Amino acid sequence: MTVASHYSYWVTIFLAVAGLYIVIARGNLVKKLVGLSIFQTSVYLLYIAPGKLIGGTAPIVSSEFQVYSNPLPHVLILTAIVVGVATLALGLALVVRLKEAYGSIEEDEILAQDRDA
Amino acid sequence: MTSHLPILQVVVPLIAAPIMVLLRSGPIAWVLAVSVSWAALAIAAGLFVEVADGSLVSYWIGSWPPPYGIEYRIDVVNAFLVLLISLIAAVVIVYSRESVRAEIPRERHYLFYAMYALCLAGLLGIAVTGDAFNLFVFLEVSSLSSYVLIALGRDRRALMAAYQYLILGTIGATCYVIGVGLLYLETGTLNLADMAVRLAQVSGDRPVLAALAFITVGISLKLALFPLHLWLPNAYAYAPSVVTAFLAATATKVSIYVLLRFYFHVFGGSAIFDAQPMAPIWITLSLAAMFIASATAIFQDNVKRLFAYSSVAQIGYMTLGASLGSFTGLTGGIVHLFNHALTKGALFLLLGGIALRVGTIRFDAIGGIGRVMPLTSFGIVLGGLSLIGVPATVGFVSKWYLVLATLERGDWWLAFAIVGSSMLAVVYVWRFVEAAYFREPSAEVARLREAPLSMLVPAWLMVLACVYFGLDTQLTLGGAGAAAAELLRGRQ
Repeated sequence: MTVASHYSYWVTIFLAVAGLYIVIARGNLVKKLVGLSIFQTSVYLLYIAPGKLIGGTAPIVSSEFQVYSNPLPHVLILTAIVVGVATLALGLALVVRLKEAYGSIEEDEILAQDRDA
Repeated sequence: MTSHLPILQVVVPLIAAPIMVLLRSGPIAWVLAVSVSWAALAIAAGLFVEVADGSLVSYWIGSWPPPYGIEYRIDVVNAFLVLLISLIAAVVIVYSRESVRAEIPRERHYLFYAMYALCLAGLLGIAVTGDAFNLFVFLEVSSLSSYVLIALGRDRRALMAAYQYLILGTIGATCYVIGVGLLYLETGTLNLADMAVRLAQVSGDRPVLAALAFITVGISLKLALFPLHLWLPNAYAYAPSVVTAFLAATATKVSIYVLLRFYFHVFGGSAIFDAQPMAPIWITLSLAAMFIASATAIFQDNVKRLFAYSSVAQIGYMTLGASLGSFTGLTGGIVHLFNHALTKGALFLLLGGIALRVGTIRFDAIGGIGRVMPLTSFGIVLGGLSLIGVPATVGFVSKWYLVLATLERGDWWLAFAIVGSSMLAVVYVWRFVEAAYFREPSAEVARLREAPLSMLVPAWLMVLACVYFGLDTQLTLGGAGAAAAELLRGRQ
């Protein structure tokens, strides 16, 4: 139980915080979506990493193997990835429509146009 | 057949959506949407009757027994919620025909109804499922479809509202998944009932505490708890009228249910949860919502935006009731959830009628509307009275229970706060009354006619329901009381 033995969690936390930071700090709508994707990706790691056992195999019953990796997190994250892709696709589609409507993908410019209107 | 009701509740609208997309016809999609909404209402009524005596329906997807397979678990709490959602959906969809024709381009009608069916399936799915991860999937199904529905608004600001909701909604949902992931690592199960049992035996408290925090923040974002409500006013103000009415009456309510389910059933049995100062935090945030959001509502130029802020305030009453922790408080919170859904549904449906005739919903454009659209305006006034909590409306019933619950605790100041914030509601409802009845109609307004019957009838059904359930509280208070008893079972 040292700092190094938890490195997968450190990577997860770094990705989550970096992703959220991009969402908050960037005004570019596409960059915000990039940040959002990174944030979501960190969750994939949070689920997958603990499912892996060193020396574990796929959970197929066989007399040769005693240690199995947990397959459930993989299945869950497969679903979460689909959700993430759908969110990103919808987000980008909205950005395209925003660009058509406002001629910009910068958040402050769009909000300024609405204020003046 | 009846044993499959829990899954049919979700699958019927879920399958209707792709069929609508394949058929590519607006009128057929509407007929399909009406049939699935009414079918959902019939199924929900069947389920509610089945569990009303406090029994439990457990449906195993693919016959895999829980906790291994996904379990749909209906008790009186979610049966009550499912009944509410499908009731609202059944009324709103009849209304939608005329309003959608006016507000959404013809070639997109079938897509609108497909998204509506998906959103309905997602909301019902959240309510019936007993599996934490399945709940996330349905949460995203309903959220993604509601982003699309909001973006269909005529005003270009609807796009930005949908985008902001997408960002905040996704952060909320992702926080929820992080919380569920931590709980899964700690307990090894995703079944909510099983998780509750195992959480009580967990020794390490750090991950559970983190999970509690992530789930609280995630779901609070979805239910627009003050100060995480920033996505809501714009999303409601610029979405098509039908969408506003539907989402305002259902989406935030479902999130409140998720929170109640986690707080009272999943975390309820663990000492870690009881050790946290949850009640003071929730009471503070609820009070902030009730006062700050109501006060903000007063200064809006756009009537829809005004009532959107009022929604944030009303959500505060629901969370206040739940955070009091007593039977009366929880009953008040849940019955307010039902009553507010009826009230806001009615209000936004009627406002849709004004939007259809006037073209805009700003205060300066609707002066004197009470003369030319008397039925619509009078309905809005009745709905407004219910928001304030005038006796003989549903708003009175729920606020009465909330005040009773605060007095039970001996918190006089909280009772005064509930009444005081209702006074703010008087002010913002009066703004509409003043604009509608005390101004001379402009030349454009004077030419207008009353809203079409196909919109007036569903909207007035909701208004009458607001009055009816304010007088006969057997179904609402009975259902809410049973739900509160179920949530509190095994505690105290």
